[in-house]
Amino acid sequence: MASTRCAACKYLRRRCPSDCIFSLYFPSNNPQRFAYVHKIFGASNIGKMLQDLPLHRRADAADSLYYEAHCRIKDPVYGCVGIINILLQEIYNVQCQIAKIQAEIAFLGTHAQSDQTQYQQLQIAPNLDPNFLSEQKGLSNSFDDSSTWFF
Amino acid sequence: MASSSSYNCPCAACKFLRRKCMPGCIFAPYFPPEEPQKFANVHKIFGASNVTKLLNELLPHQREDAVNSLAYEAEARVRDPVYGCVGAISFLQRQVERLQKELDAANADLIRFACNEIPTGLPATQGVNSLHAVAAPRQRPVRIGNESGGSFYQTPPNFHLPYPLSWNDNNPPGNIHGGGVDGNI
Repeated sequence: MASTRCAACKYLRRRCPSDCIFSLYFPSNNPQRFAYVHKIFGASNIGKMLQDLPLHRRADAADSLYYEAHCRIKDPVYGCVGIINILLQEIYNVQCQIAKIQAEIAFLGTHAQSDQTQYQQLQIAPNLDPNFLSEQKGLSNSFDDSSTWFF
Repeated sequence: MASSSSYNCPCAACKFLRRKCMPGCIFAPYFPPEEPQKFANVHKIFGASNVTKLLNELLPHQREDAVNSLAYEAEARVRDPVYGCVGAISFLQRQVERLQKELDAANADLIRFACNEIPTGLPATQGVNSLHAVAAPRQRPVRIGNESGGSFYQTPPNFHLPYPLSWNDNNPPGNIHGGGVDGNI
């Protein structure tokens, strides 16, 4: 009967006890996972961190530690803080784009309204009776013979 | 009286480790004695020897940024022992996705508005040339990570402490794809 050590105990070259804290989260079929977290955090720190957490939170903690370790190995200077910076920049860029589009919509709204007004006046103007002006002479003093209808 | 400041004033690391702070101490430039918590966090999460190894693998001009990012990650992990920094990444990814949907909707509104606002029969000379204002499809933001194992982007050249550690997101990092055996990063 062959006993299977977890990836951590294999890496550390030790026997894997039945209550090994690593075995559930660092299975033997993924040695890289433990290698990464060990390189960045150290096995004893990982053990302490997992030990301090309730059982149902340990899997998520192991995953996030692996993610951070992976990020740090890929980018030794910034690690996953570099990703946070990129996301913040992306959020800012998208917000700027949204603001620009909203400004364009507002501009189009104003422009369309004034064009609509001009368009309506175009529709009204050809229907005027040529004698209208003279008929209006008696009604309004705002117009005189020299006034011309604008098109 | 010794003139060397390192003899009179050990760095935060050497104070914490209760050892003499020698000239050339690798921690001294980055862990001043006025910030004891910074090293305490880093030591708790990463350990002094791991930090030493990490710093020794970097060029001198990269070390300050590396220490600051390690301190940020360590503080995040102390505050949130389950998700650490990854919680912030998850939160920000969701924000990006939400904003992208907003952007798509705004783009659609703009196109719809521009098309609907051109009245039929309007003389060309007075035509509303609104189509020119229709925005080109906006470039989608890049995704951090993908299903095939992840790709990492170049980090910004000038590191500054980002996002203050004030997120409050207790949801699991669903977008991290860190689902166990082989987290897709």
